[in-house]
Order: sequence, then structure tokens, then C-alpha cells
Amino acid sequence: MSLILSSAPHVRTKDNTQRLMLNVIISLLPCLIAGVYYFGFACLIPVCVSVVSAVAAEWVWQKLGHKKIRIYDLSAVVTGLLLGLIVPPSAPWWMMVIGSAFAIIVVKQLFGGIGDNFLNPALAARAVLLASWPALMTSGYNVGKFDAVTTPTPLLGSASLMDLLLGNVTGAIGETCKIAILIGFVYLLATRTIRWEIPVITLASAALLGWLLGTDPLTTVLSGGLLFGAVYMATDYVTTPMNSLARYLYAVGIGVIVVLIRKYGSYPEGVTYAILLMNIAATLFDRIPVQRIYGHTNAKKEGK
Amino acid sequence: MKATFRGGVHPAHHSKQPTRGLAIRDFVSDTVQIVMNMNIGAPSKPCVKKGDHVKIGQIIGEPVGGLGLPVHASVSGEVVAVDAIPYITGDMVQSVTIKNDFQEEWEELHPLGNVETVDPALILPAIKNAGICGMGGASFPTHVKLTIAPGKKCEYVLANGAECETHITCDDRLMQEHATRVVDGLRAVMRALDVKNGIIGIEDNKPEAIAAMEKAAQGRDGVRVQVMKTKYPQGGEKQLIRVLTGREVPSGGLPIDCGCVVVNVGTCAAIADAIIDGKPVIDRVLTCTGAVRSPANLRVRIGTITADIIGECGGYSTDPGKIFFGGAMTGLCIPNDSLPVAKSTNGVVVFTREEAVSAEEDPCIRCGKCVDACPIGLNPYDMKISADIEKWDDCKKKHVMDCMLCGACAFICPARRWLTPSFKIAKQKITEIAKKEAAAK
Repeated sequence: MSLILSSAPHVRTKDNTQRLMLNVIISLLPCLIAGVYYFGFACLIPVCVSVVSAVAAEWVWQKLGHKKIRIYDLSAVVTGLLLGLIVPPSAPWWMMVIGSAFAIIVVKQLFGGIGDNFLNPALAARAVLLASWPALMTSGYNVGKFDAVTTPTPLLGSASLMDLLLGNVTGAIGETCKIAILIGFVYLLATRTIRWEIPVITLASAALLGWLLGTDPLTTVLSGGLLFGAVYMATDYVTTPMNSLARYLYAVGIGVIVVLIRKYGSYPEGVTYAILLMNIAATLFDRIPVQRIYGHTNAKKEGK
Repeated sequence: MKATFRGGVHPAHHSKQPTRGLAIRDFVSDTVQIVMNMNIGAPSKPCVKKGDHVKIGQIIGEPVGGLGLPVHASVSGEVVAVDAIPYITGDMVQSVTIKNDFQEEWEELHPLGNVETVDPALILPAIKNAGICGMGGASFPTHVKLTIAPGKKCEYVLANGAECETHITCDDRLMQEHATRVVDGLRAVMRALDVKNGIIGIEDNKPEAIAAMEKAAQGRDGVRVQVMKTKYPQGGEKQLIRVLTGREVPSGGLPIDCGCVVVNVGTCAAIADAIIDGKPVIDRVLTCTGAVRSPANLRVRIGTITADIIGECGGYSTDPGKIFFGGAMTGLCIPNDSLPVAKSTNGVVVFTREEAVSAEEDPCIRCGKCVDACPIGLNPYDMKISADIEKWDDCKKKHVMDCMLCGACAFICPARRWLTPSFKIAKQKITEIAKKEAAAK
């Protein structure tokens, strides 16, 4: 009889990295379907190119570097899918290849691969694309249902709240239909993939500050990429703080910066930069000793 | 509202144990092999030799040192061997093997009578003489735990019926079938320490045990049952104290430092047996489950061989890949099934080959689930970084010594990181270094 000897615990939760990434992918499907509904099948081109090139970039990098091939953890698929959903529906395919490769190789692998990047790869890639091809990244919305319409600005237009909620506005492929994002959010919560605090606190703080500065809270929450960013980008495990109070502060920071950029910045949308800025600060937040350790404070006072 | 603590996890194997509804069944085997190091402290010294005839309850191992306990024969019959065997830890341990003659001949016992009327001064010596140690798995000599250091005061005696481990149901069954014994044992401890408050903490996934214990506790002085939320590690001493009393054991301290003493319900029953019947620890209830044909809650004699227990449960249902004593969160693996069970063995769990394989470590994805799960409030991912590069000083600064090795972080980790094993090593290293430094001075 040869028995395996190992240290406890002998059981592990079913949720491994791959499963969590799969949950994120599943939760993004409603956004993708809504994108196709509003912008037509052509919008699948940037999304698919982005996913395939993200996975390919990761595979090539790991192969050339003689590292363990980790594409099966699906994190590259998530990065590619996220990037594909935050670009305009007619984004050219070559731009997506460059964006995905930048996300995977420069933002993720150069810093040590999964778990070691300090910026959200998809968002960092979007920022780079936005800086490199500003015209391509802020136009090309008038496809699919919006073919005949000419609304150049995707944000804070004259759209009604209902239009904003349903996604009947122009914008990035996956960011417009808030209902779809909310369905994905509920799925992520139900599968315990993410916790509710970061999205809710981000939205609440943005809504509150926006309201103080004279914007209708619902408009703040439902316009632009805030909801998508709060649910899918701000909750990225790798680039958020580890401790709960630090996470809350981080979320407040995102909400505040989004509103400040929208209100006073020269960009119409601030979600990308708000989250990237807070990503940089995430490990700093973790240095705040916020967590109380059992038996370390005045136990007598607590007991009596 | 049901009381609970910060953090914790919900292992799936927690609530659907196949042995949950099975009554305790007696099992007496042909041979027992009784090891001499069943409790924390120096191993006992065998005081019988090959060929001797022994009766049940006869002392076969004499206590050595302050933490020592006597060891008793668990069957009557002939001593067939007194020799050293490798035990769980890998160390060689003296053992006494007895061939059972099935005559069930008992050594003369000295009952003290009713726990409510017995002279309190006689209780601790009786506990020691009965060889009782923590039967929930800790195996610390109970009479030592109950000897309160000068200047300390005990205000609560807590009976631990949480049974938060996976797979194990023996405490649940014991509370259902021997509720009065558990309360008697708790009362004995309360009287010995002159304590007015006795709380029996039980997780809410054991409604029958709760009902039985509430009934048994009725009319008993100062004893009450407190239902707790089902969550691992609810039965951890620190969590139990926090939940039942609102107090916290100071870092590096003992429960008595916050006025508490925690005794497992199995230990309570053993204490009651020792006082009412004068019976030493010669058997215990354990759960044998996993990849065996018919899982069961068995009352086995101390020293029963694992293979015999598995045979009593219908044998292996498939090729076994791993066997451990205790639950899956903290259980200790055994190298083969010829090892005997000890006083603190509350479970024998068999895993199939597939279940036994440990997943490879993936890179940490900083999901923070370990931080949320830690019942102490530590940062497991951070401690692991220091442990991986063997920076034991940094581990210490990150409070690894407060880690109770419950396994919650490793359980929840999606990257399958070996968090708890790393912390176990870190704690050992830090203790070793401290000992060396102390010796150097």
C-alpha cells in the first residue's frame, strides 16, 4: 500500500483560478450579446481579434521564455475580452492586435505574469490606444442600430435615463447596455467570484460627488463606462488591495477621480484613468495596518 | 441571532456527512497496539512485559514528568509484544500489543459517585488517574489544563461541541446518545474549578444534538447550550471563546488568560465516566468514513489498528490514496493502515487516489480570499511571500505565530497555494530559532 502523505488541509474549494476566470467570461456574455444587438455582428471582429491575440501573445511569450504555458488559466481570454468590449464597435483589427499584445506582454508578462502586474492590462492597453489613435478610439460608433444616427459623443448626451439603462446610446461595445452589465454583476456575486463592496462603493461615491457638483446621480452612474469599469475593471483581483478597508478606500478613490475628470478634465470620460491611478495606489493602501488581529488589542476591555 | 466570528470558510464536506444519522456501534478487535505517547508531554513508560496477562483498565504505562499520563489496557488478554514502532510523527514510540481474550475482565474500579456530590478536590486527581487528555484532537493532558496557575481565575468552562471539521460526526452522535454524560463531565469541571458558568457550544447543523443537550442541561446548575452558526473553524478554541463569551485570548496566551477553559464534549464524557464509574480512557468514539464501503461512528478500544477499523466498515471501497486521522482541514496523514488509533483520534478518513492528489501551486492572483477567510485577521498571502523565501523574521513580524493552522486560507485559495503548510514550517523554524537563542544566552 502506498499512501500519499501531505500536510493539511486535505480538501480545497472547487473554485480554482481557471474557474474564476471562466465565471468572468460567462458574466461578460450578456454585454457581448447586447453589443451585437446594438452594433451588429461586425462588432465581434474587434472582440474576437482581441481575445485571440491576447492568448496568442501570452503563449508566444511563455514559449519563447521557456516558461510554463499558463494560457489555460483563461486570464488572457479575460483580458482580451475586456479590451474588446471597451473599444468602439468599428475599431480596426490591427489596433486590437497591438492593444492585446501590449496588455499581455508589456503590462502583464514583463512584470512577472499573472498576479504580478500592478495595472489592469485591459485598461492600460485602452489608455495606450486612446493616446496613440485618439480618433479611432473616439469614433466609429455609428454602426448597427446607430447607422443613420449621427451622435459623435457617447457620453452625457441628451439620452434619456431609460436609453442609458437599455444601452440605446452609442459607446464602447460592452459598456453601453447597463442591464447586461447588471446581469453579469449578479452572476459574479452569485458565484462568489467578486464581492459587492468595490462596485457599489465606487458607484455610490461617484454618484454622491456628482450630485454635490450638480449632476443627477443616476445619470452619473448610468453614463459612459462607469458601471462596466466598476463591475469588471475595479474588481480585478490582481490590481486591487487585499484588505477590506483598503478596498473600500480604493473604491471611493475611483468614484471621486471619475467625477473630477468628467467635470474638470479635458477628457469626457475618466473611468480608465481613475482605475489606473488607483491601481498604482493599491499596494500603498495595503500598507495601512487596518486589520485587527485576534487577541492583539486590549482583550480585557473587550471582554468586560 | 446565532453568534459567529470573523472570517472562516464553508467546506462542502461539512454538512453532508454520510455518518451523520448513524448510531454509535461498538467494535472490539482481536488485537490492540497501545502507543505510549498519546498525549502531549513525555511518553509513558511501559510497565508490563511480554507474556503478562492484563485486565481492562490495568495500568500498562506509567506517567513520566509533569505532563505525563498513565496508559491503561483497553482489552483483557496477553501482552504479546512491548516494542518501539514508528508512529504518525515518524518518531519511534514504545507500544504494548495485547491479544484480546474476549473475557472482558476488568481491573477493580474506584467510582467516586455523583458529580454533584463528589468532593471537588478529588476530581482533578481522578481525571489524571483516568489518563484523560484532550479528545478533540489536541491531546493535551486535561488535569494540567484544569490546574489554574496562581493569579489566574476561571470564570467560564466551555464545552466544545462545535465539531466544525469535515467528515467527523462522533461528537454529534456522542451528544445525542450520551448527553447526560457530557453535562456531568462539564459539571465536574465546573465544580473542580468552582466556576458558575458552563456553556455548551454547538453548531446549528446538529439540531438533534442541540435538542438532546438542551434537555440534559435542564435544571443543571449554571449550564446552558449556545447554538452557533455553522462555519469552519467554529470549534477553534479562540473562535469558540470569542463567540460564547465575547472575550479574546490575548496573543500568545492561553484561554485561562481571559478567564476561560475549553473542554471538548468527548473529554467531558470521559471525565464523567472517570468520576461516576471510575473508568479510565480505554475506548473512544470515532468516525470512519470516506472511501470505505459502510462509513460508521464506532466506539473502539484505544490501540485498535486502523486496518481493523476499516475492515469493520466494510473495507476499502476503492484503492486508497490517502488516510488521515481527524477531519480534512487539520487531519494528520498516516503512512500505512497498520498504525493504531490513540485517545485523541476522532476520525479515520480514507481518500481515493483521485481525492488524494494535491493540485499544483499556481501563482497568487491576489484575490484576497485568504485575507477574508482568516479567522484571526492575518494576511496569509503576505506571510507566504516571506515564508517562501525563508525570511522567518519577516514571518514573525507578520504575526505568523498567531496563526492557528486551521487551513481556511489554503482551503479557499483558488491558486491552490500551500499556505497552511508553509506557516506550519515557519512556526516551527521561529520556535527553533527562539530556543537556540535562549540556549545561547
